[in-house]
Amino acid sequence: MSLLCITNGHVIDPATGRDGAADIWIDKASGQIIDAPAQPPVDAEMIDAAGKIVAPGFVDIHVHFREPGQTHKEDIGTGSRAAAAGGFTSVVCMPNTSPVADNAGTIQRIRDAVARKAVVRVYPTGCLTVGMAGESLAPIGSLKEAGIVAVTDDGKCVQNNEIMRRAVEYAHMFGLVVMDHCEDASMTAGAVMNEGYWSLRLGLKGWPSAAEDMMIARNVVLSRHTGAHIHMQHVTTAYGVDIIRRAKKRGIRVSGEASPHHLFFTDADCAEYNTHFKMNPPLRTEADRQALIEGILDGTLDVLATDHAPHTADEKDCEFDYAPFGIIGLETALPAYLEVLFHSGKCDLPFLIERMSLKPAQLLGLNAGTLASGAPADVVIFDPHEAHTIEAAQGQSRSRNCPWDGHTLRGRVLRTLIGGVTVWDGKQILGR
Amino acid sequence: MPPPDLHSEPDTWTRKDLIAIEPLSRAEIDLIHTLATQFKQTLGRSQKKLPTLRGKTIINLFIEPSTRTRIAFEIAAKRLSADITLVEQKASSLVKGESLRDTAQVIQALNADMIILRHSAAGAAAYLARILEIPVINAGDGAHEHPTQALLDTFTMREKLGSLEGRKVTILGDILFSRVARSNIWALRKLGAHVTLAGPATLVPGHFREFGVEITHDLKTALADADVVMLLRIQHERQSATHFPGLGEYKAMYGLNAERARWLKPEALIMHPGPINRGVEIDSHLADGGQSVILEQVTNGIVTRMAILYLCMNAAKTKPSPLPA
Repeated sequence: MSLLCITNGHVIDPATGRDGAADIWIDKASGQIIDAPAQPPVDAEMIDAAGKIVAPGFVDIHVHFREPGQTHKEDIGTGSRAAAAGGFTSVVCMPNTSPVADNAGTIQRIRDAVARKAVVRVYPTGCLTVGMAGESLAPIGSLKEAGIVAVTDDGKCVQNNEIMRRAVEYAHMFGLVVMDHCEDASMTAGAVMNEGYWSLRLGLKGWPSAAEDMMIARNVVLSRHTGAHIHMQHVTTAYGVDIIRRAKKRGIRVSGEASPHHLFFTDADCAEYNTHFKMNPPLRTEADRQALIEGILDGTLDVLATDHAPHTADEKDCEFDYAPFGIIGLETALPAYLEVLFHSGKCDLPFLIERMSLKPAQLLGLNAGTLASGAPADVVIFDPHEAHTIEAAQGQSRSRNCPWDGHTLRGRVLRTLIGGVTVWDGKQILGR
Repeated sequence: MPPPDLHSEPDTWTRKDLIAIEPLSRAEIDLIHTLATQFKQTLGRSQKKLPTLRGKTIINLFIEPSTRTRIAFEIAAKRLSADITLVEQKASSLVKGESLRDTAQVIQALNADMIILRHSAAGAAAYLARILEIPVINAGDGAHEHPTQALLDTFTMREKLGSLEGRKVTILGDILFSRVARSNIWALRKLGAHVTLAGPATLVPGHFREFGVEITHDLKTALADADVVMLLRIQHERQSATHFPGLGEYKAMYGLNAERARWLKPEALIMHPGPINRGVEIDSHLADGGQSVILEQVTNGIVTRMAILYLCMNAAKTKPSPLPA
């Protein structure tokens, strides 16, 4: 039996409650974590993690890998490399590719690319509606059989309440979570940033927080009505957090997700018309930002994701009005979350790690997020204190649209293992 | 938000670009107005041209339609003996999908000395100024700013009223979509005036209070003690149909007519940046009447723009020219 041991590290595994010095043993043949052997074999491979944190690999349930169809921005190979460099071992791809993932054939095509190119575990989602047009249900059962882990029309929000109600009911039958990008499109036509003082000052069309709150409330109503689980993607508004909090208190099966940029920046960061601060939903106010942090701390927002959304430099280099929405986030998520939540003293590391690994895995039923014996040996080793300057041009993603470019942040991923195999050694991607 | 610095005093003008009023100091606005006053004294001469910018090439890059701003810049440039060429969207490679960056870089590579940009996207002038070495003058960018309009408006007010310190200026109409309103708010506050914004709630959102202005939706209140009332055009081309019921309703609620003009102080000035929708935001006899300074605004648009062209061209890396005598 060929074994690997990550030794001398500080192990944090929220699923088993471990938080202290420990060794993690891995059976290289099965790629699984095992109990420490009674007699450690002399030929075991050792990884020294002295002074570092050893945790379950992070799980991101919200990434855009642009394959098929937009591989000039990113593909499953480059996207998964960015994930590995950021400490993520499982990621969930949104279906707004070209063509959109609304049929089993496209899902199969994505899974083929994953098998060929991915260095981490990449799971597809399927569309909620045909063509993401919000008009008729996608073949959700067939998509499930093809291997999706959730359904969503991310990037577009289903506007028709009857379609959404039926979609939710139908997906629930298959045990699939519906993930919704909450945006009342009738209120956001032409909008490019949060509506408020800064949109007035900059003369840019505002996206009111009410447009998000409206759909969060709609989804609470539909979840209550159907009993189905609806997940609110990238929540950004104070009132939206409040609606989810109260729904949860009433036992309604809704969940919520935060993104690093909405915790780190505000709409004031749009002041220079830098398109790296243009995303959907937009950066909100400081009060919203504080409410999001509160929502994470009290469990209203269950998971920390990224909404990694690559666009090329050429696409982003234009007038703010014309730039595409979105920024990359996989390689900066850990330091960004550490700065806002951990180094600020708001939460401890086990809490943060749970929101980045166990909770998102549980939300979609992925076999990930723990270092328990028998689990896949998907592990991240990181130093939460090491400061480094973000250089987007040095990243693994094919795109460079990163608002943290040039920022010095604390927290560095030193090693990422998938099934016991090192895919990121702190400097480069190994394998594939 | 830190309060704007109203009292810094630069000795000289150091900006190669004029993108917005918001970052300008009071002293910089004073400098522009002083220079505009000097230029105005030359206007009456039979030989109107000054040699100041002889040999300079200026491009009027107008990606959005305009009459008075474009022509005023053109005349201002010609008075200073610069060569000026108009580039309009429909007659440029922009219609072939060339980016604004490439269009501007081509213009710079053609040895232009300055670009005057009118663009429908907010931030477009700031974007160009970051890219280009040559000066960029903002002739209106979306709903962001129209700095030379505010400079000519406040110049006109100062000519008529003297100091604007403590004066009350009401800006009435479509504030939400108006770059003219924004630039005037900044300029008037820096010059010490009190600004009241008036109009329907959908066009005058409450967040404007954070600019340091008052808001009212009651026309009588807005007009009662104003020293100046500045009317804004209702911009049908920008508004979605949801912002107000229609031009008829707007006229009924907020149009300035003879009866409502009696709420004004007799010496109050009536201003409008144009183009006017006669019979909508203002009745014709008021637009053409004794309190109106609308055409003087247009004339002052030449000398204030001459001042800006002169100052920015001199601040650029090119050799400074002597001040006009």
